[in-house]
Formats: sequence, C-alpha cells, structure tokens
Amino acid sequence: MSETLLEIRGLTITARSGGKTSTLVEDASLTLNRGEVLGLIGESGAGKSTLGLAAMGFARDGCRLARGSVVFDGQDLVKMPERRRRRLRGARVAYVAQSAAASFNPARTLLEQTIEAPLRHGLMTRAEAEREAIALYTRLRLPDPETIGRRYPHQVSGGQLQRAMTAMAMITRPDLIVFDEPTTALDVTTQVEVLAAIRDAVAELDTAAIYITHDLAVVAQMADRIMVMRHGKVVEEGETAALMSNPQADYTKSLWSVREFRAQTKPPSSAAPHVEARGIVATYGDAPVLHGVDLSIQPGRTLAVIGESGSGKSTLARVISGLLPAREGECRMHGEALPPSYRQRSREDLRRVQMIFQMADTALNPKIKVRDALGRALTRLMGLRGRAREERLHQLMREIDMDPAIHLDRYPGELSGGQKQRIAIARALAAEPEFLICDEVTSALDQVVAEEILRLLDRLQRERGLTMMFITHDIATVRALADDVVVMKDGHVVAAGQKDDVLDRPTDPYVRTLMESAPEMDPAWLDRLLASRAA
Amino acid sequence: MSGGLARMIAVRIGLGALTLLLISGLIFGAMGLLPGDVAEAILGQNRTPETVAALRTQLGLDQPAWSRYLDWIGGMLTGDFGKSLASGRPVADLIGGRLVNTLSLAAYAALISVPLSIALGILAALYRGRLADRGISIGALTAISMPDFFVAYVMIFLFAVTWGLLPSLAAVTPDAGLGEWLYRATLPALALTLATSAHMLRMTRASIVNVLASPYVEMAKLKGLTPSRVVVRHALPNALAPIINVVAVNLAFLIVGVVVVETVFVYPGLGQLLVDSVAARDVPVVQAACLIFAAAYVSLNLLADILAILTNPRLRTAR
Amino acid sequence: MTRLAVLRSAPPTAWFGLLVLTVVALLALFAPFAAPYGEREVVAGPFEVWSESHWLGTDNLGRDMLSRLIWGARNTIGMALLTTMIAFVVGAATGLLAGTVGGWADRLLAWIVDVIMAMPSLILALLLISIFGASTAMLIGIIAAIEATRVFRLSRAVAMNITVMEYLDAARLRGESLPSILWREVLPNASAPLVAEFGLRFCFVFLFVSSLSFLGLGIQPPTADWGSMVRDNATLITYGDVTPLLPAAAIALVTVSVNLVVDWVLHRSSGLKD
Repeated sequence: MSETLLEIRGLTITARSGGKTSTLVEDASLTLNRGEVLGLIGESGAGKSTLGLAAMGFARDGCRLARGSVVFDGQDLVKMPERRRRRLRGARVAYVAQSAAASFNPARTLLEQTIEAPLRHGLMTRAEAEREAIALYTRLRLPDPETIGRRYPHQVSGGQLQRAMTAMAMITRPDLIVFDEPTTALDVTTQVEVLAAIRDAVAELDTAAIYITHDLAVVAQMADRIMVMRHGKVVEEGETAALMSNPQADYTKSLWSVREFRAQTKPPSSAAPHVEARGIVATYGDAPVLHGVDLSIQPGRTLAVIGESGSGKSTLARVISGLLPAREGECRMHGEALPPSYRQRSREDLRRVQMIFQMADTALNPKIKVRDALGRALTRLMGLRGRAREERLHQLMREIDMDPAIHLDRYPGELSGGQKQRIAIARALAAEPEFLICDEVTSALDQVVAEEILRLLDRLQRERGLTMMFITHDIATVRALADDVVVMKDGHVVAAGQKDDVLDRPTDPYVRTLMESAPEMDPAWLDRLLASRAA
Repeated sequence: MSGGLARMIAVRIGLGALTLLLISGLIFGAMGLLPGDVAEAILGQNRTPETVAALRTQLGLDQPAWSRYLDWIGGMLTGDFGKSLASGRPVADLIGGRLVNTLSLAAYAALISVPLSIALGILAALYRGRLADRGISIGALTAISMPDFFVAYVMIFLFAVTWGLLPSLAAVTPDAGLGEWLYRATLPALALTLATSAHMLRMTRASIVNVLASPYVEMAKLKGLTPSRVVVRHALPNALAPIINVVAVNLAFLIVGVVVVETVFVYPGLGQLLVDSVAARDVPVVQAACLIFAAAYVSLNLLADILAILTNPRLRTAR
Repeated sequence: MTRLAVLRSAPPTAWFGLLVLTVVALLALFAPFAAPYGEREVVAGPFEVWSESHWLGTDNLGRDMLSRLIWGARNTIGMALLTTMIAFVVGAATGLLAGTVGGWADRLLAWIVDVIMAMPSLILALLLISIFGASTAMLIGIIAAIEATRVFRLSRAVAMNITVMEYLDAARLRGESLPSILWREVLPNASAPLVAEFGLRFCFVFLFVSSLSFLGLGIQPPTADWGSMVRDNATLITYGDVTPLLPAAAIALVTVSVNLVVDWVLHRSSGLKD
C-alpha cells in the first residue's frame, strides 16, 4: 500500500514575461504514495497550482520546468517527450479545475466531454465509457445521472458542474488526480456536498490525489498529509493530525492561529437603536432583490449580516448607504428617517454613514495618490485644508499602522492588498463617521492579512465607539467580530438576534444547515456531519 | 430551435428594418438641410428663374415634405428611383447594370479574401509570438495603414505596367464572357482583397487567441488531447461565432471599399456612379446609390448579428 | 519613470514611428523654408522627369513635385489633425458625460449615434458633400461630425466601465459634484484608451480625407494635397513612372508610424500599472 506513485525532487519552475524571468516554485520536493491524498495549502501566489500542474508534467504558457525531476510511476515527466506525456494525461493523471464553469467547453455536452479522454486514449468503447460516466454521475450524487450528461454546461448549477468535472477526471480510473481549489467558488452549503462526494469517490476508487486549497478546515477533512507552501517554497510537511495539532514552522503557526481571534463581545444592551431599516423592498431594474427587510443596530455594537451569494446582503448595504434607493420602506438613524437616495442626503448625513467595499482594488481610484484620496475626504466632509489637513493625514496613517512618510505619496497600485484595504478604512475614518458599513471587506484577502484587518477594525471600533454593520459569507469572521447577527436568504431575513443565540441555538432549518456546513478545523468534522445527517 | 431564439432573431430583424427606415429618412431629410432653396443651390451659378421653377416641380418641392418622402420611399420599394438631374434618364436605368457589376466584384473579392484572411489569422494565432505571427501581424498593420488607392496603383504598376499580366483598366461590358470578365476584374478584386483582408485577419487572430487562453482549452490539453484535436474540437467551435461576425462585418467594409477601387480601375460600378454624381450634385442618383449602399451595409451587419446568436451554444440551447 | 526613461524603453518600431512623425511634422511646420519652390508656382513644363533642379520632376501643370509634397504634408496632415481634434473634443466630452450620468438622455443619444453609425461613413460623407459642397470648412465639419459619433461611442463605453467601479460609489457618497467626478475620477482613468483612440481616429481621418481628395471630392485645387496629387498625376503610372505613388506612399508611411506609436502606448498602458 505504501508504494511510491509520484516523486518530485528539487523542482524549480520559472516564468518569463516581458523579458524578465521570475521563479514561481523553487526547489520543491514531494512524495506521494498510491491511494494517498496530499493537501497542498498556502496563500495566493504561493505556487500551489503551478506545482499541482507540474505533477502532471504540465507548465502553463510562458512557464518552464527549469530544474529537478517529476517521477511518476518510475518515469521522469520532465525528460519525457511531449507525446508520451500526453498519453499519461487524462488517462493515468487527471485534473479538476477551480472554476468548472470556465473549464467546461460551453459548446459541448457534459457527457461528450466526460467520455472524451477514455475514447481518445483508446481505453474504452463509446458504450463502455457512457456506462461508466453514468455510474460515476450516480456515485457523485448528481441528479438524473442517466440524462444529465446530455445537458450543456450552462444548463446545470455550479456545484453539479464541479461534480461532473470530478467524474470527468475519474472516468479512466487514473492513479492520480490533481484537485485545484475545487470548492472555492461554491457557497458553503453546496461545498459540503461536493467535498463529501469527492472524498468518498477518491476513497472507493483508491486514487491518489493532490488537493490544493487555501482553506485549512477543508484540507483537514480531505488530506492524509499536508504540505504548506509560501512564496514558491515548501515550508513544512506532515501527517494531517500531527501538523494540525503541532505545527513547527512560524509561518504555519501564524496560518493556524488565524481563526483564534475573538473580539470582546459586548454585553446585551437595551439602548434605543442607532440605525434601523424598516420593511426595505429593493429591486435591480425589475428584478426583486430584497422583500421587506427589517433590522436594527444599537449604538457601539457590531451587527454581522450573513448570507450566501444572491441573498441580497450587499444590496442591503447599498440601500442603507443611499446608493440604491429602496422601492419601499425606510432607513432611520437615531429614529429619524434618512432620505432614500444619497443625492438627497445632507453632507452631514453622508459624513455620518461611511462604507468600506469588498475590493480595495476597485474602491480606490488607481490614478489618485493615497494623500489625495484621503485628503479629498477630509476636505469634502470635514472642511480641513492646508496644515490642519496634513496633520490629520499623518494621524490617520498612524492609526492604520502605516508610515505617512512612505505611503502617503504612493499610488494604490504600489501597495499590497492588505495595505489598500487599510487605506480604504482610513478614507472612511477620515469622515469621523458614527456608522460604518463593511461589505465583505476581508473576503478578497489572504487569511493572515484578513485577520489583521479584522483586528484593526475591532480596535478602531472600540476606540471610537463606532456602530458597525459587517457583511460577510464567512461564519468564522462572524464568530470573530459580531455582537449581533442577521441571517439572510433570498432577500429575506430568516434569523436575527444576539450572536450566540442565532449561531449556536438556531431554530430556523436554513440557519442550522448553514452553521453545520461551515468547515471546522477538526479532521473528524465532515465525518461527524455526514453521520448526523444520515441519522 | 426554441421559441425564445426565434423571437430574438425576429426582434433583430425588426430593429434592422427600423434602422434602415430611419436611414432612408436621414438620406431624404438631408436635402432639407441645404441652406436656402434646394433648387437654386443645386443649379448654382447658371440658374435662371425658369430652370429653378422647373427643377422645383421636378423635385416636388411644391408639396409638403412628408408626402414627398412617402412618394420617394414608395418609388424606391417599387424600383422607381426618379430621374437623374444631370442626364434626365431614369435613375433605375443608370443603376441597374452597375449594381450587378459592383456586387459581382465584391463577391469575387470576398471569395479570395475570406478564406485567405481566416487561414492566415488562424495561423498567426496558433503560432503567436513566433516569427510567422510577427510577419503576418506587421504585414496586416501595414496593409491597414495604406490608402486603398495606393494599393490599387501599386498593383497596376506591378501587374499591368511592369509585368503586363493584367489590364490596368477594368472597363467590363455587359456582353463580355466570364473569362473576359475575370481577366478584367481580377486586379480590382485583388486590390479590394488586400484592403479588407488585413482587418479580417487581425480580428480572426484576436478572437482565436482569446479562445485559446480560456480554461477549457487548458482542460482539453490536460486531458491529453493532441494539439490538432484541441484546436478543432475545443477552440474552433467557440471561435466560430466571433469569426462569422468578423466576416460579415468586413463584407460590409468591402461594399464601401468598392467606391475607391472602382474609381481607380474605371470599373463601371455603383461606386463610380456615386462619385460622379456627387461631383455633379445629381441629388436623386446620390440618394438612390446611398440608400443601396446603406441597405447592403445594414443587412450584412444584421446577418452578422443573427449568425452570432445562432452559433452561441448558450442561446441555441436555452436553460 | 521619467519621460526620458520611458522613451528609452520604447521598442525599435515605436522609435521608427516617432522619428518619421517628427521629421514629417518639422517639414510641415517649416514648409515655406523647406520647399525649394512655391506651392502653386508653375516652374517648368508638365510631367518633367527627375532632374537636378526638380528632384522629383514636375506635375501635370508643371509645378515642382517635391515642393508640393512638402506643402501637401502641411495641408493634408493639418486638416486631418484639426478635424480629429474637433471630433475628439465634441465626441469625448459628450460620450464621457453621457456614460457617467446615464439615464434617458444617455440612451437617446446612444440610440441616435447607433442609427448614424449604421450607415457607412464614406457613404454618409458623400451624401453630405453632395448637399453642402466640398469647401475646406464644410469638409472639416462633415468629417468631424461623422467621426465624433465614433469617438462618442468609445468614450461612453469607457466611462460606463469606470462608473461601475466602487471608487465612483465612494465619490458619490462623499457628495462630489458631477464636474468633480468627471474631472477627478473618470478622466484620469479614461486617458489611456482615449489617447490610443486619438491616434487611431487620426489615421482614419487622414486616410478618409486622402480618399475623398483622391476621388476629387476633398481638398480642392490648387491647394497641394497628397490625395489629389495621386489623382492628378495617375496617368504617369501607366508609363512606368513611380512619381505619383510617392504621395500615396507618404500617406501610408505617416499612418504606419502613428499605428506603431499607438501600439506601443496601448501595450504600455495595458502591461504597466503606474
């Protein structure tokens, strides 16, 4: 059982663009036994996908396997001629991509694409391949396995596509499958089903797998062993249970500790609400998005709004900020109605409510320096000019832990993702708001950076007594930061209340599913969940 | 074909017809923009009160604009294009044979340029970044930058004057046989080909490069398929819609390019007639010719639209 | 990066383009000094061959070809540049405004422009010339109006791409006025595509004017102009003389050069974030 299937030794992968050569993966080594699942974890840009593709002897356009060896079942894929590599791909090694929607050819049916590899490699007849495909669709729990293959990719859902792609990879019973973030694009409730389907299928067919992800909790469920990567290098490697409980490298420890942050929960209060929404109905064009949403936030508290994609949570933020005037209902501040559109709001109203957006990349004008981006807010909303403005600028930069001397004269493009989001926060703080709306502010960031942002927001809230509405799809973030919680689904509020009541004692069946589906670090979590659902 | 698709195409056709109607209004109404009295302006320096009055009646200026427009558009639809101011002959007689000449020249050029530019475009995309691609791309950029008449005269200089292979003037006559016609029309067709192929080639290359960069092409490679199968089964079906669109759009360009090329080769087509009539300010002929060119242009663009819908798998197979 | 460093990083093709454009621009600016003879001066018999006193011979009326080529640079390029600038100011201003503001006025404008653009521009120009005549001012007006619709469409699309960005939402929530949003937020981000579009539009206008002149419907004699010079002397080609091809080649050279420079600018703005 411990026969070695894949052995990568001293592999260095380089990329050329614009005459410059950069190193994507440096001196990486790994060993994979038959039937074993290796989790490959790291942040964006760590070189996980590049290494995963290299395990198939494949390098993207412009990339090159510069040094080292990739020995698959005794043969070095690096030295092998392309024609022989092609005979292995799709037959003995297969790939499952992150975005199934983009990786299926829109012009061909699922079945045609599923059976293409075995037919082309001459491994099965068409009838055999079709039978096998239907068997795999059934095994991966796709609805209507007999007929779903006749559909085109745009006719099935994201979770189903991801499972169909797994079937496509498995149909030749390969020795190795590379899974490249197969559930990252999915909502959590869908993710559980896909994870379970993939794990069972891999176990039953005794396939070895490399499972690439940035999500620790996911990798803990899927992998026998875990390898941590950073900046193209392997940082640490070990058995899942051992590595989870006892990481050695500093970087691994910092990754592991991310989910330990907990803001101090404020005691329940009976103060009059600071911000309220009453019966909000909103539409985009003619498409209804919100159907009568109510919520209220007490002063100085953090309300987390949770929901999956399409639940209307970001629309709610746009309604409260005035960017999207509500069709019906109203927003109130200190009991007084706010005009529905930002156009009708006074400068004072605009100043009091500030919003921080998901993507700092698009929330900061790339052509405006940090100094002018923050300065404009100070001038417009606070009336500051000249020396007073300059002093306040420096003060703001220090509050977000950035160096005014260095960073004030940078363009957003010259800052890292985390720094950009800090600047976006500073821009909101410049107005000295009472109420801060944070729309998925950490979801585009790597976990370590995201946690720094959460800590910053928590500190600023406590120092300034801000009232906050925090919109997210990530339950771990809610647990870290929220005092109160609102759960949204399809434009309705399905649960609301204090954090512990809503999250830990859910009464609504959807909220219960949502809570269960959020992966936990415990490697036994998925088994427990599946067992409890089966019961 | 699903009902939604049929409805979508019907809407496009309706919009095309509406556009054409508006253009006809524009062409007709443009006359009203003429400063001062139309008849006086057209006759210019040589006018006498009698000729002005006669022209006014002939143009129907004594009637309200909308009734003149209805007459005009009704005439267009029934093949009555009015009378030429310059020669007094019916415009339909002037246009008839020339329209056939122009369409056959355009068709001849399309037969050469469409396969040529698609093949070169695909070649450039497949070998992108390599020598063949750079050569083709620089050649295309140069061809785009050259005025149509320059291309035409260089061809005359080479093929007619220096090598004596083909005639420099393309004075085809209606009674000429196919061989004779081909002999005379080849040089104009080649000039037109060069003028339009570059655009078509560049757009074909761009759309294929776009498809080749998509994740599903990478997926096909990772399934161990041969490069030719990756291109034929996975890239081409998805590049087809943009390429068809490119072809139709460029055929529309070709229709317009005809105007200059015909003048260089003294080819008796609609373009040359239009240029002569503009110089003579023969308004009825100009209007009729403009409407025909515009109609061809709009229909080809409409065709491009409809083909794009039909070749899009997302639309062809609704949810 | 300093301007000098930017220039030094330019590829040879862009260098070639810049060099050609500089030389042509200098010749055009200093035509009275650079040209050996006057623009309309009849200096010898018609169609004389290349000689010491007339390097490129004389044209159909006995005017010096080289001198007319130099004067033609001034006239043809000058007119194309002026026309492009007018089209740009009108088209870009309305396009950016319409794309930023949106609403029914934007949709109406876009629809009108679509209808006008459904007609080939050469045909539309010929129609308008037949009505208004081919005086230089009219030509500039007609071509600028037609080109402005193209510029409008592009600038509107550019502005619409920018208005969905969240930094525009942030500016709106700051209560910024429309002019301030256009000036501070939209324009800096629209400048790269607009500069490239200016180059391409100039090429198009330049070829367009030349084609009209060649057809005898553009710049009118006796003004020297590259397009009409080809037309006037075309008969020489049938005698194996390449002289009439020179003005046409000059047109091609200028257009290629602009295209090369534009390609470089586009490449820079897409590949580099500053």
